[in-house]
Amino acid sequence: MEPRLRIENLSKRFVLHEQAKTIPSCEDVNLSVYTGKLTALVGPTGAGKSSVLKCVYRSYLPTAGRMLYRNDLGTVTDLAQASDHEVLTLRRNDIGFVTQFLHCLPRKSALDVTCEPLIARGTSAHEAHEEGKRLLRCLKVPERLWGVPPATFSGGEKQRINLARGLIARPRLLLLDEPTASLDPGTTDNVISLLQDIKQDGVALLAIFHHPELVSRLADNVFELTPPLTTPNLQETTLS
Amino acid sequence: MNSSYELPLDEADYNFGFLDEYAKREIRRAILKSICIPGYQTPYASREMPMGRGFGTGGLQLTLSLAGPDDVLKVIDQGSDDSVNAVNLRQFVSLTCPGLTTTTHTSDATIIQSRHRIPEQPLNESQVLVLQVPYPDALVVVEPSEARRKAMHGEGDYSRLLTKLYEDIVKFREITISHRYPTRINGHYVIDPSPIPRYDVPQLNQSPALTLFGAGREKKIYAVPPYTNATPLAFDDVPFRTEDFHDDRGERIACARCGSTRSFLDELPLADGSKRWQCSDTDYCDQQLQLKSGTLTGARQ
Amino acid sequence: MKKILEVRGLTKIYGSGCPRCISATGPAHDTNVCPHCGTVVAAHDVAFDLHEGEILGIMGESGSGKSTVVKTLFFDDKPSSGSARFHDGEQVQELFDLNPAEQRWLRNHKFGMVYQNPNLGLNFNVSAGGNIAERLLMNDLRHYGDIRDRARQLLARTEVLSNRMDESPKRFSGGMQQRVQIAKALATRPPLLFLDEVTTGLDLSVQARILDLILEIQQELNTAMIVVTHDLGVIRLLAGRTLVMKYGRVIEAGLTDQILEDPQHAYTQRLVASAL
Repeated sequence: MEPRLRIENLSKRFVLHEQAKTIPSCEDVNLSVYTGKLTALVGPTGAGKSSVLKCVYRSYLPTAGRMLYRNDLGTVTDLAQASDHEVLTLRRNDIGFVTQFLHCLPRKSALDVTCEPLIARGTSAHEAHEEGKRLLRCLKVPERLWGVPPATFSGGEKQRINLARGLIARPRLLLLDEPTASLDPGTTDNVISLLQDIKQDGVALLAIFHHPELVSRLADNVFELTPPLTTPNLQETTLS
Repeated sequence: MNSSYELPLDEADYNFGFLDEYAKREIRRAILKSICIPGYQTPYASREMPMGRGFGTGGLQLTLSLAGPDDVLKVIDQGSDDSVNAVNLRQFVSLTCPGLTTTTHTSDATIIQSRHRIPEQPLNESQVLVLQVPYPDALVVVEPSEARRKAMHGEGDYSRLLTKLYEDIVKFREITISHRYPTRINGHYVIDPSPIPRYDVPQLNQSPALTLFGAGREKKIYAVPPYTNATPLAFDDVPFRTEDFHDDRGERIACARCGSTRSFLDELPLADGSKRWQCSDTDYCDQQLQLKSGTLTGARQ
Repeated sequence: MKKILEVRGLTKIYGSGCPRCISATGPAHDTNVCPHCGTVVAAHDVAFDLHEGEILGIMGESGSGKSTVVKTLFFDDKPSSGSARFHDGEQVQELFDLNPAEQRWLRNHKFGMVYQNPNLGLNFNVSAGGNIAERLLMNDLRHYGDIRDRARQLLARTEVLSNRMDESPKRFSGGMQQRVQIAKALATRPPLLFLDEVTTGLDLSVQARILDLILEIQQELNTAMIVVTHDLGVIRLLAGRTLVMKYGRVIEAGLTDQILEDPQHAYTQRLVASAL
């Protein structure tokens, strides 16, 4: 089976003009993510796990390599080369990202924040709200919080809103960056079963998990990253 | 002007109509252009007249360019043939147009020069109404730049004028413009129809007579040709209304002099603080009186 | 997503110009004033696409040329060269080839503008409702009652108290004036809206609510917008894509989150690093 996403020789280096420095973040990454499977990225802090996700989502511009995304029709897009508008369309319809932090309007209710991706895609507000409520219930977000902006929420509550928001539009490829970092064990179990459901639905997942236990429970493939700093020729180099 | 005044001998051979033929020709060209583009303000080289700007020099130049020895002229100011300004203008034209006769009777006149009124008696195809205009451009109240006003006229963009009407209705529940009511001619240009009251505006519409407007100071001539649409600006649901002369009991006020209930009335304050209403059109008022007493003769019935 | 606007090679210079103007100005020379002839190169070779319902941010400090770009697109100023194609349904219009009458028509019917200075966007001689009425009257609405209803709805939508619709906006607070401007700009439901530093100079809480309103409107009406600002926060909140301008040149363009998280140009890196 063709992978949903194939990353070939991906490298990301940050060029800091002010300090005249180049900082490598990840180097020569090769991996594939398949429909209905979860690929877990593991490795020590600084190995560039988050950078890989951000490159795929194009929050970072990759320095080298290809990231071939294959949609349901079999059309392949190199995310490294795609235009901004192509990336925006893919983000709206195909690729979701759940980060450790919740970025949203500080004055929107939790339910509205959750439903936003669905509404942006053209779903009616009513339908979106129904789905949003279902997810929030499933993630054990107390109903009294639904109408409140998440800015005041605890870390765990925010995390759940963030997850609901990432899952609601049922993307074809879902990027997860420590989605359970601040959740209690009960909710974590819920998240796990939710992710399993999503896999069943044929969503391809590329994930970073805090706990090795989650990797063993959810991952179909594990990809280990090593920090690029360990490679002698990629150590911090001063720009001439 | 002294009616017994005669031109000094060395000036007695002034050209007919005071203006030289070149000047008249230029004004006639502007008139023709104005008739061809109904409502368009045609610029012209307004001449110095032997009277101050603002005393009707624009209308006067039109009259002098149109008048011939066989014309019959009527001049009114505020509806009256006897006001100082009307008398002066009439005498100036008779003095400089030998052969031309003057009248106070609307139906006898071939040229009627006026400032504030259109005569009550409907005009006919053989008559020309000349209106003296102080401010020719209806847009001047909303746009100070003439260049921009020209563009607005060209594009038929009168939204800001309509906004003014909107504001009027918001503030006063009705459109408060009493005279110089902006009126759209032939579906395009909006004109300022000189200081005639709202009451007279409907008379411009499909009038058999040619109506010419002359602004001497602003150097503009414009026209409402015979049988042309003249539509006052208004909203679909707030139609244009003329002044209505009804008293507190809802009865139409009659002229205190002739008893007419179908004319535009002037309010005359009396010494005792009360007021009295009287026809503004003196010729019309006289006619009504004569009709009543049965002394009216001939064609004016 | 359909394209609504394609801008190519947009250039605006103030001055006589000389053959060396372009090569002697720009970020590399730290100036937009030509040292040879004194001409100001306000914008040079600006190019971008805008899609339906999309918000594009143009970010830069004063003098970067960001306002010049929207001024030329809204016909407030004539470009020195370049093209801008506006897609209006099936029709494609070359904006800079249109005659002034056609340009005014587009401005009144298809575009909206919200200026930093409410003086430019509002007529203080008429009421808040009258300001909106003016734009509806331009669109040949002639029913007083309908005009009033629409004006009331629009002002309610932008959270201007309807019992103040008959007051002159002169007496309104800065935030309220911006709301009236937005209502006026939206009166004709234009597919394209320009916002030039609309929250600059307002209290933070007022800013936040205006930005919320803009986002809600964009979602409700699917209005494409170009947002000009020097404020990273505004860009972060509103824009999906961003152009960064300096000394009349676009030095960086990309997805807003990429510009903020992985800026490429030294100037943008400095800008992002210095943000609060």
